[in-house]
Amino acid sequence: MRRRIRNLLVLLLACMAVYYAWIHRPLSPAPWSDEDLVTLRSLSIASLPPLPADPSNAVADDRDAAIMGSLLFFDARLSANGEVSCATCHQPDLGFTDGLQKGRGIGESKRSTRSVVGVAYSPWLYWDGRRDSLWSQALSPLEDPQEHGSNRMHIVRLVTSEAVYRDMYRSLFGQVPAFTDTGRFPAAAAPIDDPDLASAWAAMRDIDRQAVNTVYANIGKTIAAFERSVLPQGTRFDAYVSALLRGDQKEQDALFSKDEVLGLQLFIGEARCTECHNGPLFTNDEFHNTGVLAYPGELPDRGRIDGLRLVLGNEFNCLGDYSDDQAQRCAELTYVRSGPELIGATRTPSLRNVSQTSPYMHRGQLATLAEVLQHYNRAPDAMIGHNEAKPLGLTGPQLKRLEAFLRTLAASSAR
Amino acid sequence: MLRNLCIALLFAAAFPAAAADAGWQSGAGLFRVTFQSELDPIVINRIHNWVLHIEDEHGAPVAGATLAVTGGMPAHDHGLPTAPQVTRELAAGDYVLEGLRFHMSGRWELQITITTDDSQDVVVISLDL
Repeated sequence: MRRRIRNLLVLLLACMAVYYAWIHRPLSPAPWSDEDLVTLRSLSIASLPPLPADPSNAVADDRDAAIMGSLLFFDARLSANGEVSCATCHQPDLGFTDGLQKGRGIGESKRSTRSVVGVAYSPWLYWDGRRDSLWSQALSPLEDPQEHGSNRMHIVRLVTSEAVYRDMYRSLFGQVPAFTDTGRFPAAAAPIDDPDLASAWAAMRDIDRQAVNTVYANIGKTIAAFERSVLPQGTRFDAYVSALLRGDQKEQDALFSKDEVLGLQLFIGEARCTECHNGPLFTNDEFHNTGVLAYPGELPDRGRIDGLRLVLGNEFNCLGDYSDDQAQRCAELTYVRSGPELIGATRTPSLRNVSQTSPYMHRGQLATLAEVLQHYNRAPDAMIGHNEAKPLGLTGPQLKRLEAFLRTLAASSAR
Repeated sequence: MLRNLCIALLFAAAFPAAAADAGWQSGAGLFRVTFQSELDPIVINRIHNWVLHIEDEHGAPVAGATLAVTGGMPAHDHGLPTAPQVTRELAAGDYVLEGLRFHMSGRWELQITITTDDSQDVVVISLDL
């Protein structure tokens, strides 16, 4: 009996050793197929189209607006305590993110900070798509009590009274309204969930509120013009695809290790990453529930199902009074979908610079790329809604190769 | 009439090529559908419009029909990322379908329910992107 157990153990160990040796065996990448080359070309930065127009923002591509927007982006005076700017969370050296689980301005945000790089290509903003333009997004943190904690009355007064901003505003938008009459324009006011600010806002005349909103929207439009200039830079991956399409084997070998090539083959194949991380920005900008768990004690994030309600009700959306899209094209907002698939769904992030933008997922739940890959390999049941992803069944070495490939997506210097 | 003809000609100029020559037959064989896409070739992640052309079983254009469009990826068990709608009829049998976007490569299916005064049928258009 004892001998039989010993034999079984020996057999089991032998099997494990064979399995271990099998999954760790040295592999040579298979040659790329024509279909693979089409996919790789589509992922390359060379396939990035020109920036999509933003008809809702008349100054979207105005250089002076971008300059004004860049000054505002880094200006902490917009915040309630004078210490928080857009760049507090969107730090250029960290791929325009902050390295934190959740954004931290005056307080802590509900979600992780998303990168600004290439964001002008997305029809939706935020993890839940609760804004539909860069300029309407740029306005939201300013009045979020956890971020800038400010109010639009303070911000329009700052911009219209400070000499540099006032001159820039005048040259971009014409007349600068005066907000000096404190009888009509209180010190602080905003239509937000703050009783004092909301009642001050409600006490103002319609025409005065509109004047404030117009300047406020224009401020967002200049920040958007700046953010449109934050574009992805070439990476080792892009150089590899270029060498591959030229047929330059020596250059390919110099750029990518065998493991990185194998990781890339998994990325566009067995690991099914390109179902969502597709195109030259490695994102389809759509909303997917991938079963990312909430932190213990936190309610699961409802994601897009709430974001949809918020974007439809947002006064600064593409169909609103402050949009410059006179023709009311707004196709994404007009033909937006609803439905149970949106429960717990969040927007696919770009993978460019992904190794610089930890931690990961909408609330920074996963600290490392290895954890993210393990998550997708397991594809656990979602806490709410339905996890679209299916378990992948990849081995440890395969996950390591995928990670090696993902690290080739870092720009040499993120702008 | 002249206005509709002008709009149809403008669309024909703007929408470069027919994406499907043979067309798709509806389930009960009542209708045949072809389409022209504003994007040619159709690429993923770009919202765009189509013009659907509907004919009856004798090849005559079907005017005044009501069209409802749904769709998705059968292999992935998910729907379309947008809610496209037929917004107007350009000319007899030519309908503008607005707000289409596809967000993954692979096989997509669009189900178009065609309702006229006296009949209803569904056509399924398959696309490999």
